Amino acid sequence: MITFFRRSNPFRPSPFQMVLSYLILGFWTFVVLFPIYWLVVTSFKLPSQVTQGPRYIPFVDFQPSLHAWQYIFVDVRNDTFRPYVNTVIVGLVSSIFALFIGASSAYALVRFRYRPKLGLVGVFLALVVLCVIAIALEIPWQLAVPIALALFIIAIPTLSPRMKRSLGNSDIAFWMISQRILPPVAVIIPVYVLYQQIGNATGFKLLDTRLGLIIVYIAANLPIVVWLLRDYFQSIPIELEECAQIDGASPLRIFWSIVLPLSVPGLVATFLFILVFAWNEYLFALFLSSSQAQTMPLTVAAQNATRGPQWWYMSVLILIMIAPVIVMAIVLERYIAKGLLVGAVKG
Amino acid sequence: MATTVKSSITSNQNLSSAPRSRAGASDRVTRALFIWPAVIILLFFSIFPLIVSLWLSFSRLRFTRGGVEIINVGWANYRKILLGSEQPRILGVMSQPSVEGWIFFAIIVVALIYLMVQYIRNERVTPIGFILRLALNLFLAALAWLAVSTISPGGRPGALIVTFLYVFVGIALQYLIGLGLALLTAQQLPGRRFFRVVFLLPMMITPVGVAFMFRMLTDTVVGPFSPVWKAIGLGGTSWVNNPWGARAAVIIGDVWQWTPFMFIILLAAIEAQQVEPVEAAIVDGANSWQIFRYITLPAILPVSSALVLIRMIEGFKIIDLPNVLTNGGPGTATESLTLSAFVFWRTLDIGGSAAVAYILLIVVTIVSVAFVNLVRRRFSEVA
Repeated sequence: MITFFRRSNPFRPSPFQMVLSYLILGFWTFVVLFPIYWLVVTSFKLPSQVTQGPRYIPFVDFQPSLHAWQYIFVDVRNDTFRPYVNTVIVGLVSSIFALFIGASSAYALVRFRYRPKLGLVGVFLALVVLCVIAIALEIPWQLAVPIALALFIIAIPTLSPRMKRSLGNSDIAFWMISQRILPPVAVIIPVYVLYQQIGNATGFKLLDTRLGLIIVYIAANLPIVVWLLRDYFQSIPIELEECAQIDGASPLRIFWSIVLPLSVPGLVATFLFILVFAWNEYLFALFLSSSQAQTMPLTVAAQNATRGPQWWYMSVLILIMIAPVIVMAIVLERYIAKGLLVGAVKG
Repeated sequence: MATTVKSSITSNQNLSSAPRSRAGASDRVTRALFIWPAVIILLFFSIFPLIVSLWLSFSRLRFTRGGVEIINVGWANYRKILLGSEQPRILGVMSQPSVEGWIFFAIIVVALIYLMVQYIRNERVTPIGFILRLALNLFLAALAWLAVSTISPGGRPGALIVTFLYVFVGIALQYLIGLGLALLTAQQLPGRRFFRVVFLLPMMITPVGVAFMFRMLTDTVVGPFSPVWKAIGLGGTSWVNNPWGARAAVIIGDVWQWTPFMFIILLAAIEAQQVEPVEAAIVDGANSWQIFRYITLPAILPVSSALVLIRMIEGFKIIDLPNVLTNGGPGTATESLTLSAFVFWRTLDIGGSAAVAYILLIVVTIVSVAFVNLVRRRFSEVA
């Protein structure tokens, strides 16, 4: 379809328009690239070359030096590599889990029909609220949670036949996607307190560990995955799956060996998108990690406090942090537009 | 959002109802397995934090040896933020608005009254809908009043208004620049793939890194543009020390980072529109403005409203840029609500932090729901 469009692209500019377009596009290219160029140049400067006023072109108005790179990679290499490894592990693991959990529920929302009873959802919510109130009134949670669970399980068979109104798939999808509206800062304070309580009560450490961050990133990325992939799965023809169903394949097998291979472009775009989110995430890491699980955004931001404006070191840190994502963005540019567009159109 | 989500699912005939009739027990288990992990994770990370946040916002935490002690303090946190000692930080310092401020406020009020009259005349008015609409308009009017009275010469805008500034000025600039670039790149130009890739890059860079870059670039002594600043007599005065200069720096950084998001999706939307109407218009002698106004713009309006909605939801969460670029300063001039919540948290005032977070949650929800109902629905009908 893209090649067809190219051939008959109706926006054919006149020479004057073309020159004007190139001027504007060239200007924005400069706007985009100059900060990145400045970052690269600064990383090769000596401190004196920075503080004596701007020097623009290496070898012309200053002699580049590798001292900052050497400092970051050799002198303080442990301070650099630990957060880097943390970022890679947290980003990859959380993104892979979010992708598969989100993909399976996005697929389920497209192909299966769910009808949760509205009343049961209400009962559940009421029990959660009661539970929290009970714990707030100093009733031990070991008592409150099982009682609430038992009440809920009793409620399922007794109440559900009497409830007429039920929700549909679209309501579930809307609920999942709308989780993005929650400000992360409203979510993270209770999670911080919870992690702390778990650590105190059971000794199982979640604060300042990679696991703690991974769990939060999975939850934060799930809505994006459901939102992007639901529309992608809808665009896959159902005939193949019906054939497989007739041949006796289980839903899990259909999903694993037919649907997922067919949706590789969508999966790639979604994966890249959520990986960049986890890679660059600042707020959750700021609240949940202090030293052991510190990720790169925190390390970069901390430069400010510990060393003052030492631009040369910061430039190196930022460069090694953005290099992998920029390479991925250049390689996968085509997927990104497509993967994002499907979701945005359907909203 | 609700309406579009619904429409997209009803139009989807692929939803198989067949398995339901002969769904065995194992089938039902499989189907539950598909969706329950996501539901459990999201339930846990939405309902639980919301309730606990609400509870924390009414309490004060004291860290004692081996744990925390939670004391219920009623409305004290909210009172402190909205009326008491922290009011200048969150809401700002109000004073008599300037003449421009009065004019701006009058325009907003007239527009709101006009919309209200339109609503009563043209739509089916239900009591609940009317009350909600009235409440929304009052909320918007109060917000406009807060904006004009704190931005006036004697006042000082607080984090709430600053956050709104970041979101709306930022989104407007991002959308306009992104749309312009997308229209230019959609033309048949040699080398357009190069521009597409380059324009995408800022979105990938960590916001913390963007903040540092713009700190370097806006430095008037050693930054690359310092000769320019010197030439116009601003050398040596850092514009990050001026409240409005610092806010502008944050907005510029945000625009630099997020214009690509608008650009890439608008470009894909422009390229996905049908060719025939455009060709027919060219044959009929339409100029490029007419083609844009009557063919391209209506075709991309639904995508545009979705983009604005997404950026709005994400934009209210801004913290990295003001925290690193300006450290919230000078004073608290560039603090966003999320950053204020973090500052409260850092000073161990967790109740206050939760209260700020809750105020942010309420504001974001009101604004998004209003946007979906007032703007989005209208645009979707146009297309």
